[in-house]
Amino acid sequence: MSDVFDWGFAWSILPLLASGALVTFKSTVIGFLLALGIGLPLALGRRSRSFFLLVPATAVVEFIRSTPLLIQLYFIFFVGPQFGMRLSPLTAGLAAIGLYYGCFIAEVYRSGIDAVPRGQWEAVKALNMGRWRAYRAIILPQAIPPMIPALGNYLIDIFKATPILSVVTVLELMTQAKMIGSESFRYTEPMTLVGLFFLVMTLGASFLVRRLEGLGQLRSKTTVGLAGV
Amino acid sequence: MIEFVPILLKGVAVTIQITAVASVVAIAFAFMAGFARLWSNRTIRWLAVAYVEFFRGTSLLVQLFWMFFVLPNFGVRLEPFPVAVLVLGLNIGAYGSEIVRGAILAVPASQIEAAIALNMSPSLRMRLIIAPQALITMLLPWGNLLIILLKSTALVSLITLHDLTFQAYNLNVLTFRTWELYSLTLLLYFVLAQAIALSVAFLYRRMSRGLSRGWL
Repeated sequence: MSDVFDWGFAWSILPLLASGALVTFKSTVIGFLLALGIGLPLALGRRSRSFFLLVPATAVVEFIRSTPLLIQLYFIFFVGPQFGMRLSPLTAGLAAIGLYYGCFIAEVYRSGIDAVPRGQWEAVKALNMGRWRAYRAIILPQAIPPMIPALGNYLIDIFKATPILSVVTVLELMTQAKMIGSESFRYTEPMTLVGLFFLVMTLGASFLVRRLEGLGQLRSKTTVGLAGV
Repeated sequence: MIEFVPILLKGVAVTIQITAVASVVAIAFAFMAGFARLWSNRTIRWLAVAYVEFFRGTSLLVQLFWMFFVLPNFGVRLEPFPVAVLVLGLNIGAYGSEIVRGAILAVPASQIEAAIALNMSPSLRMRLIIAPQALITMLLPWGNLLIILLKSTALVSLITLHDLTFQAYNLNVLTFRTWELYSLTLLLYFVLAQAIALSVAFLYRRMSRGLSRGWL
C-alpha cells in the first residue's frame, strides 16, 4: 500500500491543502450569502402580479436553472472583460455561484411563502394590518422555519460545487490538489485527501441539517430540491 | 456566428451521447440501490446506504478527477468516455435511488394488502401493482434529475472529452468571439434541458391517463 499511497507525502502536503480548504470555506460562505440575497428579488418577482416583474424573473430563474454552472462561470469570467468588466477569478466565481444558487433559493423562498395557509393572509387583511407589519409579524415567521432545511441543503450543494472554481484558477482546495499533482506527478494523495475532506464535511453537515429538521417542527413543506452543478 | 454552429453541434452530439449512456447507467444504479435500501437483509441495506452517502457526499468534479488521475495508479486505466459515463452514472444514480425508494414507499399500503388478499405472489405484486404506480410517481423527479445530469456533463470537458463545453472553450481560445460563443452554448444547453423536460411531461401525461379518470 505504501508505494501506492505515500503517507509521508500526504502529511507534507497538508498545509497547502489546508490553505486551499480555507478558500473553499470562504467561497462557500460568501457564495451562500450572495445566493440568499440574489434569491430574494427573484422570488418577489416571481410572486409579483405585475407582468413586467413576473415574466423577466421567471425567464431568468428558468434559464439559469437549466444551464450548467460551469458555462455560466466561463461566461462571467471571459465575457466580462469584453464589456470592460475585468473580474478577479474569485469574484467571477462567487458571482457565478451566487447567481446560479440564487435562482434555486428563489424557488425555496417562493414555495415557503406560498405554503403559508390562505387563511393567514385573509386574517391579515381582516385585521387591517399594514403590508410591512403583516409580513414581519405573521407571514415570515411561518414561512421561514420550513425553508431552513432546504437552505441548509443548498449550502452543502454550494460547498460541493466550489471545486468548479478551479477552472478559473481560484486557489481553492481542488486547484491546490491539481498544482501539487502537476508538480510532483503524484495525484493519488492530494486527490484522495480532497475527496475525504469533502466526504467528512458533507456527511457532518447533512447530519446537522437532519438534526435541525428533527429539532423544532421544521418538517420541510418546501421542496428540498437539488441543483447539481 | 453561423460558422460556429457546425462545430458546436458536433459537441452537442457528444453531450447527448454522454447524457444518454450515463442516464442508463444512473437509472440502473438507482434501481439497484433503491431496492437494496428496502431489502430485508441488513448487509445489503447497509451497502446501499454507504454507496449513496459516498457519492452524494463527495463533489462530482473530485470523483471525476479521482477516477481519471488516481485510478491509473492502482492499475486501472480507463478511457475518458467510460470514466465520464461511469462517474456521472454512479453520482446521479445515488441521488436517483432516493427517488426510487420514495416512489415505492409511496404506493398505498392498501394496494399491497389488496394484492396479497388476491393471493398474488411477491413478483406478481411488484410487476402488476407496485411498479406501475411507482413508475408514474417517480417520472417527474427523474425528469429533474436527468436535467441535472445533462448540466453535469459540462464537467467532462475537464477530462478531455470533446463535448459542447469543450468545443466552446476551444473556439473561444481560437477566435475570442466570447460573447457570441458562450451565449450560443448556454442557449444550446437550455434547449437540450427543455427537450428533456418536455418529453418527460409528455410521457407523464401518457402514463398517468388512468390515474385522473377511469381507463381500461
